[in-house]
Amino acid sequence: MSEPIIHTEHLSRSFGAVKAVDDLSLEVSPGIVFGFLGPNGAGKTTTIHLLLGLLEPTQGKARVMGFDTRSQADEIRTKSGALLEFSGLYERMSAEDNLDLYGRIYHMPGPERKARAKELLTHLDLWDRRKDKVGKWSRGMKQKLAVARALFHHPPLIFLDEPTAGFDPVAAATLHADLASLVSREGVTVFLNTHNLTEAEKLCAQVGIIRNGKLITIGNPDDLRSRKGGLKVEIIGQGFNEKTLRLLQARPEVERAEIQNNHLLIELRDESKTGPLVTLIVQSGGEVEEIHRTGTSLEDLFLTLIKEENK
Amino acid sequence: MSDLWTMVWKEWKDFLWSGGRSDLFRPLLNIAIMGIILPLTFKLRWIDLDSNAILIILYIPFMFVINLIGDAIAGERERHTLETLLASRISDRAILLGKVLVTVGYNWGMTVFCLLLGAAVVNLSSGQGQWVFYAPINLLLVVLALSLLTTLLAASGGVLISLKSATVRQAAQTMLLALILLGVAIYGVARLLPASVTASLSTSQLVLIILLVLLVLDAILLGIALASFRRSRLILN
Repeated sequence: MSEPIIHTEHLSRSFGAVKAVDDLSLEVSPGIVFGFLGPNGAGKTTTIHLLLGLLEPTQGKARVMGFDTRSQADEIRTKSGALLEFSGLYERMSAEDNLDLYGRIYHMPGPERKARAKELLTHLDLWDRRKDKVGKWSRGMKQKLAVARALFHHPPLIFLDEPTAGFDPVAAATLHADLASLVSREGVTVFLNTHNLTEAEKLCAQVGIIRNGKLITIGNPDDLRSRKGGLKVEIIGQGFNEKTLRLLQARPEVERAEIQNNHLLIELRDESKTGPLVTLIVQSGGEVEEIHRTGTSLEDLFLTLIKEENK
Repeated sequence: MSDLWTMVWKEWKDFLWSGGRSDLFRPLLNIAIMGIILPLTFKLRWIDLDSNAILIILYIPFMFVINLIGDAIAGERERHTLETLLASRISDRAILLGKVLVTVGYNWGMTVFCLLLGAAVVNLSSGQGQWVFYAPINLLLVVLALSLLTTLLAASGGVLISLKSATVRQAAQTMLLALILLGVAIYGVARLLPASVTASLSTSQLVLIILLVLLVLDAILLGIALASFRRSRLILN
């Protein structure tokens, strides 16, 4: 098994009395997109700052690409790329110059910088606008450019902090597609901070969920979903009523049942069969037209874990 | 060294010359005031470098430096570009020195250009048939050295103020206040000095002392600025 590209042991960072990151121990394998999920203020951004060596931990330690974040932060920043909370683009400079600046910072020779800018801007459909000042661009275009900047010097690892925060669904979907294609093409490891569960579901091979600075769980999204078990059944039809709900909730395999817009939504505790439940619904006077079975989504898992933590 | 030049390139592209017409406003205003209006007002006294002309030549670049350095640091933080720069491999020292170098170089270069233009303007408007230049030439060299040191003083002090300011506006206001206090302090020191001390010094000795004091102040302020400009501190701001 390959060495983890990120390894933290009991990593903690406090700001006064507030523990922003609390006893975080995790490992991220190389070549994957790792989703770090958590609500606002959970400690995701502080974690990236710690991993980049921009902040010193108050306790614990971390190694990124084999380098210690306290004593070898320069090496980490040399070999990684970052798109932090804000795009960090110079709006009075052109797109081409923004990329060129970071190529210069990473000591790339002039011809290589030009070729790389053309390659990435063409891939992202931004080449024709390369001479525009970035300030004139839409938010989605700026964010695509910022992703290109993070990847510009061929780093093996990039940190992305909420890259689609505040995006409309179309812009977010476009950026997801671009990110997915770039990541697979470049073979880069991505540490992705997000509270967008659709984003995590689409892009991540491994996720960690953080709440109040503490890691609640970590693993492959499928494993996590199966660990939580459960199945969702959506039944479309008519005549569903309180009696139906009472009968369903009395069944041991049913976790929860509710009626929404004439749809009966049932959450099962395990992979139970739905046949007996349908019989029960029909006997209680309901008419069943369609049945959809779905697994637990990452969103369900996330909300359940956060609720459990709140308790 | 290449990191320093990268920062110089970036500062040049970002706020001195990004290619738009609006970029011309600041240099043209500087040239209009120092290269045309003041020489036309002072006439031959400009060329003779009388004490008022010298004070103005030293004071105006100070004002422009305050504007630029505030934008270079507080502005970069306000526009959320500093954090990304800090997450890259470039050193704190290169970022800071690049900003100071561009600010000082630009303003001092502008002063030299305006003095040359001013000489031409005076000759064209008030000349008496024969072209004249700043005289004595040693005084011009002293003015240029003073200008370089005061510009560096403003830039280094500006960095320190800018680091503590949340916005460009706040930085500019604090720097203006600091400039007034500095003026009052210089005036106070000059008044408090016993006449016998100043009388015992030759002009060249006095100039040398002023240059040395400025040099020491520059070194102290730049040293403090370098010590204060640290990633771990900046990221927390």
